[in-house]
Amino acid sequence: MTWEAAFDFLLAAGLVWSTWRTLTTRRLDRAIVLFIAFGLLMTLAWARLSAPDIGLAEAAIGAGLTGALLLDAYGALSGQRKDIS
Amino acid sequence: MKRLAVATAALAFTLALISAMLELPAPAIDLRGPVAAQLAASGVDHPVTAVLLNYRGYDTLLEIAVLLLGVLVILAVGVERPAAAAEQPDPLLEMLVRLALPLMIVVAVYLLWAGAFRPGGAFQAGAVLAAAAVLRHLAGLQAGWAAPGPRLRLGLVAGFVVFLAVAVALLAQGALLQYPPAQAGILILAIESALTLSLALILAGLFLFLSP
Repeated sequence: MTWEAAFDFLLAAGLVWSTWRTLTTRRLDRAIVLFIAFGLLMTLAWARLSAPDIGLAEAAIGAGLTGALLLDAYGALSGQRKDIS
Repeated sequence: MKRLAVATAALAFTLALISAMLELPAPAIDLRGPVAAQLAASGVDHPVTAVLLNYRGYDTLLEIAVLLLGVLVILAVGVERPAAAAEQPDPLLEMLVRLALPLMIVVAVYLLWAGAFRPGGAFQAGAVLAAAAVLRHLAGLQAGWAAPGPRLRLGLVAGFVVFLAVAVALLAQGALLQYPPAQAGILILAIESALTLSLALILAGLFLFLSP
């Protein structure tokens, strides 16, 4: 097995693992951070598939902006929860 | 028992998918040849940009229209914002953002320029600029866009308007968005610059219009 194949295999396993963890983890904040990690792994996967254009867009929009939006929404939600209780 | 059956079925389906992926049939139409053959007439040297802005410019025009529509709907619905809590900005975060912002702007301009001959382009550049604006907002250096002024509104529609104007101006030639090869490069650069500005404002707006 070459190094490249080993890296691809690790990357694919990491993608599946981070997806699984994102969907099953109980804490919302942890799920968001895992989603961002998933986006960054996805960027690497696109780069390995020699599609750097999609990789750039995924890194900027998928991981960056969406992650920030989710984190902000989480912050707003937990702030509301504190107000109510 | 039930769980075992479901797991077995899922595993079998996954294996079937993997075996299908390993033996992909040859694509019915292979456009790589024609794309490469017409690259010289497209005005750019990167096939992805040529497809997005020249061969399939119509798709990109509709794409920016859809994004603009999304932001317009957010503005039209009007989101109720909680009263802005005046937070003291973290000095460390503020410093970091002040250091990162010029770099992000340089990267965005580079991506826009590089789009003509290597991976990059308006969407990536716009996303980096939008991320810079969001970062500024999160560091407490910039308030949310509660009421967009005329300049902001102009910036939001600039990309679509410029793209549409080019399309209308070229309509006299008979086909929509068929650039004359001699001016294709400069036209695409003009469209991409306007698109970058509008995309940055639209993507940042999705965040900043909703945030106090």
